[in-house]
Amino acid sequence: MPDLSTNTGGIQSPNPFWLASAPPANSGLQIQRAFEAGWGGAVWKTLGTPIQNVSSRFGGHTIGGVRGAGFNNIELITDRPIETNLREIRETKKLFPKNPIIVSLMVETEAEWKDIIKQSIDAGADGLELNFGCPHGMCERGMGSAVGQEPKINERITGWAVQYSTVPVLVKLTPNVGDIVPHGLAAKRGGAHGVSLINTIKSIIGVDIDRFVPQPRVGNLSTNGGYCGAAVKPIALHMVAALAREKQFGLPISGIGGVCNWRDAVEFILLGSSTVQVCTEVMLRGYKIVQDMTDGLQEYMRTHNFQRIDQMVGKAVPGFSEWGNLDLNYETVAKIDADKCIGCQLCVAACHDGAHQCIHPQQDTRVPHVDESECVGCNLCQIVCPVPDCITLVPVDNGFTPATWNDHVHHGKALRPKKGAH
Amino acid sequence: MTAPLPANRSETAFEDFKLPLMRDGAVAEANRCLFCSDAPCINACPTHIDIPQFIRKIATDNVHGSAKTIFESNILGMSCARVCPVETLCVGACVYNDLEQPPIAIGKLQRYATDRAYAEGWRFFEAGPSTGKRVALIGAGPASLAAAHELRRHGHACTIFEKRATVGGLNTSGVAPYKMKADRGMTEVDWVLAIGGITVNTGADVGGAVSLASLERDFDAVFVGAGLGTDSALGVPGENLPGVHGAVAWIEAMKLGAVNMSAVKHAVVIGGGNTAIDSVREVRGLGVPSVTMLYRGTREGMSGYAHEWSAAIDEGVLAEWQAVATAIEGSGRVQRVHCVRVDAAKKPIAGSDFALQADLVLLAIGQSKLGAMLGSLQGITVDKGVIKVDAHGFTGRAKWYAGGDCTNGGKEVVNAAAEGKVAAIAMHAALTKGATHA
Repeated sequence: MPDLSTNTGGIQSPNPFWLASAPPANSGLQIQRAFEAGWGGAVWKTLGTPIQNVSSRFGGHTIGGVRGAGFNNIELITDRPIETNLREIRETKKLFPKNPIIVSLMVETEAEWKDIIKQSIDAGADGLELNFGCPHGMCERGMGSAVGQEPKINERITGWAVQYSTVPVLVKLTPNVGDIVPHGLAAKRGGAHGVSLINTIKSIIGVDIDRFVPQPRVGNLSTNGGYCGAAVKPIALHMVAALAREKQFGLPISGIGGVCNWRDAVEFILLGSSTVQVCTEVMLRGYKIVQDMTDGLQEYMRTHNFQRIDQMVGKAVPGFSEWGNLDLNYETVAKIDADKCIGCQLCVAACHDGAHQCIHPQQDTRVPHVDESECVGCNLCQIVCPVPDCITLVPVDNGFTPATWNDHVHHGKALRPKKGAH
Repeated sequence: MTAPLPANRSETAFEDFKLPLMRDGAVAEANRCLFCSDAPCINACPTHIDIPQFIRKIATDNVHGSAKTIFESNILGMSCARVCPVETLCVGACVYNDLEQPPIAIGKLQRYATDRAYAEGWRFFEAGPSTGKRVALIGAGPASLAAAHELRRHGHACTIFEKRATVGGLNTSGVAPYKMKADRGMTEVDWVLAIGGITVNTGADVGGAVSLASLERDFDAVFVGAGLGTDSALGVPGENLPGVHGAVAWIEAMKLGAVNMSAVKHAVVIGGGNTAIDSVREVRGLGVPSVTMLYRGTREGMSGYAHEWSAAIDEGVLAEWQAVATAIEGSGRVQRVHCVRVDAAKKPIAGSDFALQADLVLLAIGQSKLGAMLGSLQGITVDKGVIKVDAHGFTGRAKWYAGGDCTNGGKEVVNAAAEGKVAAIAMHAALTKGATHA
C-alpha cells in the first residue's frame, strides 16, 4: 500500500490533505470532526485581534448549472476570543496528536507577532502559517495581502516570525501580484520553512442585476472578496509551478486553490506541492470528501508505481517550460472515431467559428470530416466533443526535426510550413 | 373569445401523464443540452423550431426569449409541447440516444417555456399593416389557425369558417386528456386569435350554406384546413347497436361533455392506430376494469406508437392481436363482440372464433376523408379523399391552398401547424408579388 504520509517544511502529516485556514477550520470541534473524517492536518483559522464580520459573507458563481464552481468570501480572520481558540487548539492536539495543527496568524507589530507566536506554540501548534494573503478587509488595515504584495515587508515580518518560532513557519502568499516569484523569494530570505499558495484572488463574484449592487450584498453595498473554489485551480497551479521551477527558490510548498478531489491533489503534488489545502469544496460538501481524496490518491500512486508522496512531488515541474522552448515542428491533427461519433457536430461549430475551419459536415453522414491539410492541431474539437475518446490528436511525422523558437532564432533551425495561416 | 366549456366534462378526471417541469428541473435539464450544431432535433421537428437555442435560453433564465424562439417557428408551440409524439420526433433524434444517456426532455422544456409565456401574458407578434387582401380558411383546427396567424403577421385579413360550434379542431375535441384538455386547447385558440383581424364563423357549412364559389369570389385566397370526417364503419352486423361508437366521436363526447361509464365493465376498442391506443387508455382511465384492444395485425405492425402502447400496458390494458370482429351482438345494446383470428395475410383462420364481452365498443379504424368537398373545383386533385398539394400547400387551382389532415391523411398537430404556416407564406407571396406555386 502506498504511504500517504508527507512533510512540508518540517511539518509531518499522515496524509497530504489539510484544511485551509478558513471557515471549515474555525473551531476545535470542527477540526476534530475533520480529523475523524480522515483529514491529515489543519491550518487553524487565522488568529489575530478578533474582528467583527458582516452578513452576508459568501458569494457563489454558478457555471452551466454547477453551483459554487467559483466562490468568494468577504469574511475576515477569526472573530472568536484568542483564549478560546488556544484552549481548543490544546484540546484538539491532545485528542489527535498525530495530526498537525498549523496556526495561521495575522497581527501588526513585532511585539504582537512575538506574543501570538509564543501563545500558539504553547497551545501545541505544529507549525505556523503567516497570513500575507487575505485580499479583503484586513489589507485595508495594512495586513494580509498588503503585506504579501510588498516583498520587503513580507521578508521583515517573516524574519520576526522565524526568529520567535520554535516550529516551522510557512508563509501564505497572495496571488494578487504580477509575478509570484519575487514574493516567494522574499519569504525565503526571511527564513521561511515553506510557503502556502494561493490565497484568494480579488474578485467581484457577481452583481445583483435587479438591485444594482455587487454580491455578496451587505445592505445596499458590497466590496471585493477573495475568489476561490474549483474555478481558480488553473491560476493556482501556475503559481505553484512558477515557484517550484525557480532555481533560487527550493522551499517546500503547500498547494492551495480549487482542490476538490484526488485528481486535483495529484496535479498540485506533481507541480511541486508536498501537501494541499482545501476550503471551498469542504464548505460546499463537507469533510467527508476526504475519503475520495485519500483512496483516489492511493490508487493513483499504486497504478503509477509511487510508494511515497515525495517520489511524486514536482514530477511534472521539468515539463513546465517557456514557450520559446516548445517544439514548433511537433505536429498533430484531429482524428474522429466514426464509430463513437454521435453526430452532435459541436466540433464543426467550434472549428468553424472558433478555430481554423478545417472540420466540415458531410453529405451522407453526420460524422464530420477533418481536412488534415488545414488542421492545426489546436485541441478545440477534442475539448468540445461530449464523447470520451472520440476525437484524438494524433502526431504527424512531417519529416522535420524538432526546432524551438529559440533554436530557430539563435541557430537558424528550419521550421515546418505553417498551417491554417492563409 | 371562444365559448365556455361545461365544467362536468368526463376528461377532467385525468391528470397529466407527463408532469410539467418546475424552474429548477427545467434549468438543470436545459444545462444538459449539448447545443448541437445543425441539431438533429431541429430537423426532426416539422416546424423546425430552433430547439438548442430555446433550450439554451431556459438554461440562462431567459424564458421570454425561449418562448419567442418556439413561437417564431410554431405558433401552436404550447399544445405541441404536450401532444407531440416527441419520442418519435425531436427527442427521438437527440444525439444523447447514441451516448447511452437519456435524451433531452425537449417536450417538457417546450412546455415549461410556453406555459410561462401564457401565464405571464407575453405576446410576441403583431399583425402587419393591412394589405386589403382577404383570405378564407376552412376549418378552425391547427392548420387553419397556424395559417391565419402567419397571414395576419403579413397584414392579410382572415375569416375562418368552422362547421362545429367549438374551435380548435382535434386540439380541442380529440387530444387525449392526459396530454391536454379541451379548455387548454381553447386557451390556445384565444391566444392565437389575439393577434386580431381573424373572424371566426362557427356553424358555417362550407359546401352547403357557404358555397365554394362564394369563397372564391369573395376572397383573394382560400386555405382548406378541413381535417378529417367521421369515424369509418366496420361493416359487420350489429355495429349500430347502442354502446357502439366511432372512437373520434366518443372521444369528443368525453372531452366536451360527460359520458356515463358507470355500467361499463368490459370495453373493446377495435383498431391499432394512435386513436385506438388513446381510446383504450381513456376508457381504462375512466375506471373500466377490462379494456381490450382488438387489432387485426401484430403488435410490431401496428401504426400506433410503441411508447404509447407501452404506457397503455402499464395502465392495465389488454390486447387481442391478429384478430378481427365478425359481428357485434346484444339485446337492446351491445353485449359482446364475436371475433376470429387471422393469419399474417389477415385472412381468417377457420375454427378460431372467440367472443369478447363488451358493454362499450369503440371503432378506431380510421376516419373518412373530406377531399370530395372540393371535387367540383377544376384544377384540384383529390386522391382517395386526400387533397393533393405541392410543397407550398398549393392545390394547383389559383387562390386555393390546403394543409393539415385533409392533405396528409391524418398526422400530428405539429404537421398541421407546419403545413398551415408554409401555405400562409406561399399565399402571402402570391397575394403581394403575384407569385404562383403551380
